[in-house]
Amino acid sequence: MPEMNMAKAINLALHEAMELDERVIVMGEDVGRDDGVFRITEGLVAKFGEKRVLDTPLAESGIIGTAIGIAIYGLKPVCEIQFAGFDYYGYQQMESHAARFRNRTRGRITVPLVMRAPYGGGIRAPEHHSESKEAIYAHTPGLKLIIPSGPRNARALLLSAIADPNPVIYYEPKAIYRLFKEEVPSERETLPLGQAQVIRQGKDITLISYGASLQAVIGAAERLEEESIDCEIIDLLTLSPLDTDTIITSVKKTGRAVIIHEGPRTCGMAGEIIAQINDHALLYLEGPVKRVTGYDVPFPYFSKEQYYLPDPDKVVMACYSVLDSDGGN
Amino acid sequence: MPRTPIQLTDKIDYLSILDEHNKVDTSLEPKLSRQDLETLYRYMLYGRRLDERMLILQRQGRLSTFAQCTGHEAISLGVAFAIEKSDWFIPYYRELAGMLYRGWPPEKFLLYWNGYEEGASVPENINDLPFCVPISSQLLHAVGIGMAINIKDDKKVVCVFFGDGAASEGDCHEAMNFASVFNAPVIFICVNNQYAISVPLSKQMKAQTIAQRAIAYGMPGIRVDGNDILAVYSSVKEAVSRARDGRGPTLIEAVTYRLTPHTTADDPKRYRSEEEVSIWQKRDPLVRFKQYLYDNKILSKSIEEELEEDIATIIKESVENEEAIIKKPEINDPLHMFDYVYSEIPPCIQRQKEELAQYLDYKKNPRKRGES
Repeated sequence: MPEMNMAKAINLALHEAMELDERVIVMGEDVGRDDGVFRITEGLVAKFGEKRVLDTPLAESGIIGTAIGIAIYGLKPVCEIQFAGFDYYGYQQMESHAARFRNRTRGRITVPLVMRAPYGGGIRAPEHHSESKEAIYAHTPGLKLIIPSGPRNARALLLSAIADPNPVIYYEPKAIYRLFKEEVPSERETLPLGQAQVIRQGKDITLISYGASLQAVIGAAERLEEESIDCEIIDLLTLSPLDTDTIITSVKKTGRAVIIHEGPRTCGMAGEIIAQINDHALLYLEGPVKRVTGYDVPFPYFSKEQYYLPDPDKVVMACYSVLDSDGGN
Repeated sequence: MPRTPIQLTDKIDYLSILDEHNKVDTSLEPKLSRQDLETLYRYMLYGRRLDERMLILQRQGRLSTFAQCTGHEAISLGVAFAIEKSDWFIPYYRELAGMLYRGWPPEKFLLYWNGYEEGASVPENINDLPFCVPISSQLLHAVGIGMAINIKDDKKVVCVFFGDGAASEGDCHEAMNFASVFNAPVIFICVNNQYAISVPLSKQMKAQTIAQRAIAYGMPGIRVDGNDILAVYSSVKEAVSRARDGRGPTLIEAVTYRLTPHTTADDPKRYRSEEEVSIWQKRDPLVRFKQYLYDNKILSKSIEEELEEDIATIIKESVENEEAIIKKPEINDPLHMFDYVYSEIPPCIQRQKEELAQYLDYKKNPRKRGES
């Protein structure tokens, strides 16, 4: 099993998908000759040609809107939006059309496209390059929303996303593109969409997260272990449709939970997860469910971004607060 | 020489073949057989009569708010008649006559404007998209389909409609630019009916025409009399032959007038004069084409009466059909709202479906706490 970073693993999945299915088309700004600004589409245009790897004009609505037409015609477009902070231009097409065609035509017309976009902070990027607004897509019925957390699941999930008959948003936590390497199987591997993973078993508290924030969560769990606090960690992987069963099973076992993400708090994923816990596991709780999230402020320019993002200290503090609670505070 | 004029080689023509005084430019007259002309008249009339019937149904409370199409028949039908069945036809929402010709059963429009998704479910054998309400966004779908046609080396073309208001949207620009860059076989048909609800064309743009934008996108553009079905048909035919030949997109601006309110919920007296409307009523595309057919001895009183009767019967039956369909329990089952969101129902939506089922059960069988 070769070792590789997440950027390379996503690139591998694109190569594999294009080899496997000639209907797969890659399109976006700078995805051809430049191999993508993060080099995620490296080698694709050289191998598959300009007919299947399209450098598009600079227009996000144009990319998503034409991808919808390409998908309706029977091909499988995988579009890259260069940064998630610019995908709002394409959101209208996603919400009004990609997400709805199946429903409004009673299944007659479907839009099996994938929109990939690097998202999130932590790389000292220019303004508008660090946003984490995944909740917008989770709030849009008809779309699936996938966020990988490392090389192996990134590759497997992207292959599944491309094979899926529904429109899929595949958000790539760019802070961990090249942060660490992992063994990725030589043979093709997929993961089911809609399924979270328990990546660490524990009995005292459930930590629920996804994407780059998992790094903070894993760091916190290691520190808490030194204090004999045994954390269970759930990596959501799919944010929509949400795998509530895995969450509920774990919370029923530990009786405590903290949800961690870098997107803003109000109406963020953590709010929905708390509501699910409230619906299905309230009487199992030993303390209030806490959340460590980005604040309800525009993503701060990078001189302050470390204060905004979840880190192990924030997660540890939240865990203390849950563990020390008498349930009413 | 630091400053010299750039020579823009393209020009924009205006095409009119059958004018409002029923004068015909015979040098431009398309070669259409007697049968073709009869078919065109039949579907123009069919579109008009269905639109009128729908207005009556709406006034009677048997149809909800809808967008009327009267006066727009020459455009959608002229386009539909100039392409093959296997080509793509992408409406905004005033293409009734053209869609009837494409093979949409009239029940679909009644279902659609009565609030049933089934009305937007494209018939299986037709390469069309359903109505597109958000304005201009359908243009990008058309271009995507055109790009896919090129990727697959197919020979089809795509015709897509949009209004003069839609021409102000960003997606309109993006679509024309993409179509041009990717040489997509797309014919953009701007239905310039001079009003976007209440806002007149003069407040949408300062340019003389919409057609002239074609120059900026590096594609051919033409302005045609949108109440002249011969001009519409000829201009589309020309654009289709270019597109099929691998020579890319065309922009056609078809000038017409919205003889009706924007929708049945609109009151145009607030923003335009009756004098203005009456000027355009005299340019009615159906009246004009009918006279042309009489002048050419294609139509006679008896053929016309027969057609009217035939169409009235079809429409009557379709209304009866639709009203029977919407009385069936299956199509009214609210639990179906969960069935088509994804290819399969995810557990979180399944739970919501069960929640609605419980509510429906409670509505049927209201009970106090603790009673079963």
